[in-house]
Amino acid sequence: MELRSHEPTGPIEERWEKHKEASKLVAPANRRRYNIIVVGSGLAGGAAAASLGEMGYNVQCFCYQDSPRRAHSIAAQGGINAAKNYQNDGDSVYRLFYDTVKGGDFRSRESNVYRLSELSLHIIDQAVAQGVPFAREYGGLLANRSFGGAQVSRTFYARGQTGQQLLLGAYQALSRQIEAGTVQMHSRHEMLELIVHDGRARGIVTRCLKTGEIKPHVADMVVLCSGGYGNVFYLSTNAKGCNVTATWRAHRHGAAFANPCYTQIHPTCIPQAGSYQSKLTLMSESLRNDGRVWVPRNKEDIAKRPEDIPESDRYYYLEERYPAFGNLVPRDVASRNALYVTNDGLGVGPEVDGERRGVYLDFSDAIGRLGEQTIRERYGNLFEMYERITGDSPYKTPMRIYPATHYTMGGLWVDYNLETTIPGLFAGGEANFSDHGANRLGASALMQGLADGYFVLPFTVGNYLGQVRNLPPLAEDHPDVQSAIISVNERITKLMNAPDPKHAPEHFHRELGKIIWHKCGMSRTAEGLKEALEEIPKLREQFWREVKITGSGEDFNQTLERAGRVADFFELGELMCIDALERNESCGGHFREEYQENGEALRDDSEFSYVSAWEWSGNPAEPHLHKEPLTFEYVKPTKRSYK
Amino acid sequence: MTDELLNLTLHVWRQPGPNRPGGFQTYPARGITTHMSFLEMLDVVNEELIEKGDEPIAFDYDCREGICGTCGMVVNGVAHGPQRLTTVCQLHMRQFKDGEEIWLEPWRAHGFPVVKDLVVDRSAFDRIIQAGGYVSIRTGSASEANEIPIPKKIADQAMDAAECIGCGACVAACPNASASLFTAAKISHLSLLPQGQAERDDRAAKMVAQMDAEGFGACTNHGECEAVCPKGVSIQWIARMNRELVRSIIKS
Amino acid sequence: MSRTLTLYQTTIGKKVVMAVSGTIIVGFVIGHFLGNLNLYLGPEALNGYAAKLHSLPALVWGTRILLLFAFGAHITSAYLLWRRNAGARGSQYKKRSDISTDYAARTMYWSGPILLLYLIYHLLEFTIIPAHPGDVYRNVVEAFQNPWISAFYIAGNLALGLHIFHGIHSAFQSVGASHPRYDSLRRDLAIAVSAVITVGNLSFPISVLTGVVTL
Ligand SMILES: Cc1cc2nc3c(=O)[nH]c(=O)nc-3n(C[C@H](O)[C@H](O)[C@H](O)COP(=O)(O)OP(=O)(O)OC[C@H]3O[C@@H](n4cnc5c(N)ncnc54)[C@H](O)[C@@H]3O)c2cc1C
Ligand code: HEM
Ligand code: HEM
Ligand code: SF4
Ligand code: F3S
Ligand code: FES
Repeated sequence: MELRSHEPTGPIEERWEKHKEASKLVAPANRRRYNIIVVGSGLAGGAAAASLGEMGYNVQCFCYQDSPRRAHSIAAQGGINAAKNYQNDGDSVYRLFYDTVKGGDFRSRESNVYRLSELSLHIIDQAVAQGVPFAREYGGLLANRSFGGAQVSRTFYARGQTGQQLLLGAYQALSRQIEAGTVQMHSRHEMLELIVHDGRARGIVTRCLKTGEIKPHVADMVVLCSGGYGNVFYLSTNAKGCNVTATWRAHRHGAAFANPCYTQIHPTCIPQAGSYQSKLTLMSESLRNDGRVWVPRNKEDIAKRPEDIPESDRYYYLEERYPAFGNLVPRDVASRNALYVTNDGLGVGPEVDGERRGVYLDFSDAIGRLGEQTIRERYGNLFEMYERITGDSPYKTPMRIYPATHYTMGGLWVDYNLETTIPGLFAGGEANFSDHGANRLGASALMQGLADGYFVLPFTVGNYLGQVRNLPPLAEDHPDVQSAIISVNERITKLMNAPDPKHAPEHFHRELGKIIWHKCGMSRTAEGLKEALEEIPKLREQFWREVKITGSGEDFNQTLERAGRVADFFELGELMCIDALERNESCGGHFREEYQENGEALRDDSEFSYVSAWEWSGNPAEPHLHKEPLTFEYVKPTKRSYK
Repeated sequence: MTDELLNLTLHVWRQPGPNRPGGFQTYPARGITTHMSFLEMLDVVNEELIEKGDEPIAFDYDCREGICGTCGMVVNGVAHGPQRLTTVCQLHMRQFKDGEEIWLEPWRAHGFPVVKDLVVDRSAFDRIIQAGGYVSIRTGSASEANEIPIPKKIADQAMDAAECIGCGACVAACPNASASLFTAAKISHLSLLPQGQAERDDRAAKMVAQMDAEGFGACTNHGECEAVCPKGVSIQWIARMNRELVRSIIKS
Repeated sequence: MSRTLTLYQTTIGKKVVMAVSGTIIVGFVIGHFLGNLNLYLGPEALNGYAAKLHSLPALVWGTRILLLFAFGAHITSAYLLWRRNAGARGSQYKKRSDISTDYAARTMYWSGPILLLYLIYHLLEFTIIPAHPGDVYRNVVEAFQNPWISAFYIAGNLALGLHIFHGIHSAFQSVGASHPRYDSLRRDLAIAVSAVITVGNLSFPISVLTGVVTL
């Protein structure tokens, strides 16, 4: 397999235009003859399906939830970036491009990132026109805030529900096309297999989650916008249903999987309260503006009530270690330090599996300085959410926080057209690896999902169809279709009939999550990763031997759904560790203990300035590595330092 | 945070499938900590059921953060359970007492047929939106975002209405199983904004017609919907919807 | 006309019709109550008032026709919505605890029909086949001196009170008259009107029974 990025050349600000001019088009009258499958109804999938339908293509859209409106994009709180420069604070397309490349720790493709920044302008126009109720100033113009440590205010937001409002905008556009008959929506349908014919993606096999019916859907091409794989950690801020199945099935058919080890950890989540915990909840990072992070200095104090610990015995470790940035150090630095202090046995909160994994985020100073009223105005709803979940009031006692997996930068490898290494298979949104490099800046995932969905895919999809013209029809009884159906059925039968059924799928998912979290999480070591690579295959075998699923496969069966997803997480988890072990450097979300300089991540551009694209070999333990070298013509790699 | 253990008795509506007979089954829930969420409590019960070889209780959820609107069940006669402004996935066990009996039922409405146990089919809501709950704006044809200033007050009101997560609790709680609050929220959100004006009248007429066609009841002003709505969507929007409809028909 | 039809085809349209017709009837009931206060001024006053009314056939018949329409529309819509709402739930809840609704709202479909019965009897007794044509005062007092008839009137007017308490409040909502700042006033008005009418109307049979008003 060879990786051709199809990047246009020339001045970066002209590349996207040039690329469009050079591309093929499909005449409006012919579009309805083409069938396009879009897997996913989130920001990327919803926007793509709606836009393609509007252009006149025949679109089949799929999601596993009971309605396209529930895709996990809905959970995004903070906001969406755009280089509008409404605040006149010196923002520009170039600056957003620059910040994103730098934020990605120089592991992303310049051309893609520049296009993303350009398109950010149109996204806001589009959303506003759809009726997305963004926050506004008294003058009636759009409001912005500065987010994730950016030096400019370029983040647009709708209360704490930006993702929800943007998704509803896309959902409403999608609904309009469903009404118009150009898009056929299949909710509660899970993609379980990709159909490849003559080396091209020609369809998918789905399981109807209501009836258990297995059905092939044949088309001219397939677009995957199935989201991220953060649930490989079991505990994450992702929705319970988020899965890697769609992209992993494609990977097994030859789509390269890029940078799986780049995962993002969010520092301010509510810590795990018990072993039964099913998911973690994110608290906005803005809390760190006024909260002070600390743990007890002495182990004896960890079980005490924080109020009873005298000032002198409190260890404000971020303020002490990073005097310049203090509590506002970047996500990864804040997260890692929380890990270190809890490793040193200074963690607070309830013991889970014998460990206390939590640190205090204390507002007492801020309340003393600004008064409870001000704090209530700034964080009232967050404090309520925290109290609803933990039962503690942050006005009275410090919050407890701990990092949690939040986003996955890795994903299917795609070229500048968002086409994977399988012709006719495209990937958008969090499902691809494209724009964030080794680390994503706050408020830029919504931007990427919508850029891909509204503006890139509708165009590059047309280019592909314009090139292939009329593909020969593919009948449902063709061996390539039948074999896909058979592999789905065999897999289900295998899951339903484990030789020695003992435990529900969750049991194995939890165990897998622990391995990945401890050995391929915030901080990684060669020997830890090697251990993980021993443990995962063992656990996977045990899973296939002992997984217990009651009920039937020809029926609504949530246990079966979960089992299938866990099975794929096992293989992905292994690849993550292999990737993390191969990358002997620290960059962005990937931190290797061995590669640091007094606590700072030590990137190695001479050796590792490339994208790792892994090809399935049939044996999860021995994938083939392909490297896409990264060159930086505009943003010259520099070292990060927060000391 | 003080941990105490609860032992509870669950009476759960079990129904194998659409239009199949259903009934209540009783299950013990033992060793439940007060820090568990309500759905985590059900997870625990379900894992035991599976290990015993029984079918777990089917219930819907996804985000478990109170935003996706997937979860929902009637807990002791109240949609989403006892805590106000809280989806059942955000409800925590400290709201319950040791030894309590808990009755769990699905949303019951002609417009929401049961899929299995506590899972219902809410596609009627999608069809109501498809009938006109959007602004017809072609991708790429939008004008500059700041061209039309919108007074902050209006934008905030639109956001209040737009907060609806489409969970269906309003229908479940309404004595007439009316979908008025859900439909009114979307009609109001779009009718408040300048972008929504062009299709304003058409939208109200089409969405109300679809709401009726789905077989939901009529609003007789009980206010139960607002009381259980996890997002506190106000019934003032129902009045607005009625106004919008009369307006649209008079103008047509 | 066609527009009114399209409107009426929607549930909301029917509610609007109920609100308007209901309000018309409420209006009549208020006026009717004020007129009936003449009872306390003695036979001459009440009979005189009645005679005066009947000397204005246009007014009387105008009112009668309007009321006939109002009742017709009100009851038909009530029946149509009742049928729809009855079917909308599907299977019933085993447990159901209400949070915000009240007794009046829950019993609209009882208080309404009770009012209908009340009305039929009432019209027969006083309007269609009065015992002493022309002597309204005697008709009323004689009737109320019979405890059974009084009891029936008391019951009927309690139903009326309940019905218009929720009715008036609900009518505002149905026609879309709502504003966060004034919504509490809608309730206050409903309480005031229904209280005055109920207490007032109950006072007639009671004062006859207790001998305050006699022949
Ligand atoms: C709690 C939280 C807060 C966040 N906050 C922000 C923020 O403030 N700003 C920001 O920019 N980003 C934020 N992010 C990241 C951002 O929300 C996501 O990266 C982005 O929304 C992903 O969109 P998507 O369309 O790619 O995928 P999703 O929205 O996850 O959609 C995936 C779609 O694929 C479907 N699907 C998945 N698997 C299958 C399958 N096998 N078969 C069929 N269908 C399938 C699903 O049903 C769904 O419709 C946040 C993320 C989280 C978890
Ligand atoms: C005679 C038989 C009657 C029946 C069967 C009847 C039935 C009903 C019903 C079912 C409602 C709907 C409840 C609601 O929407 O909240 C209603 C509303 C109402 N009724 Fe009646 N009613 C009757 C008589 C009356 C009378 C005599 C009056 C006035 C004195 C009246 C005044 C109202 C008003 C004002 C409403 C509010 C309409 C609305 O909710 O929009 N009704 N009635
Ligand atoms: C205790 C209270 C009431 C008393 C004492 C009372 C008394 C009377 C009397 C004496 C008449 C005959 C008047 C005449 O023929 O000149 C009458 C007529 C009537 N009453 Fe009442 N009434 C009462 C309550 C009501 C109520 C609550 C309603 C409505 C729901 C009502 C509706 C009518 C109507 C429609 C007529 C016929 C008017 C006409 O002749 O067109 N009454 N009432
Ligand atoms: S209005 Fe409230 S209760 Fe009804 S669907 Fe929306 S969020 Fe749920
Ligand atoms: S509860 Fe039902 S009656 Fe109306 S106000 Fe809400 S829809
Ligand atoms: S599971 Fe998403 S709102 Fe409850």
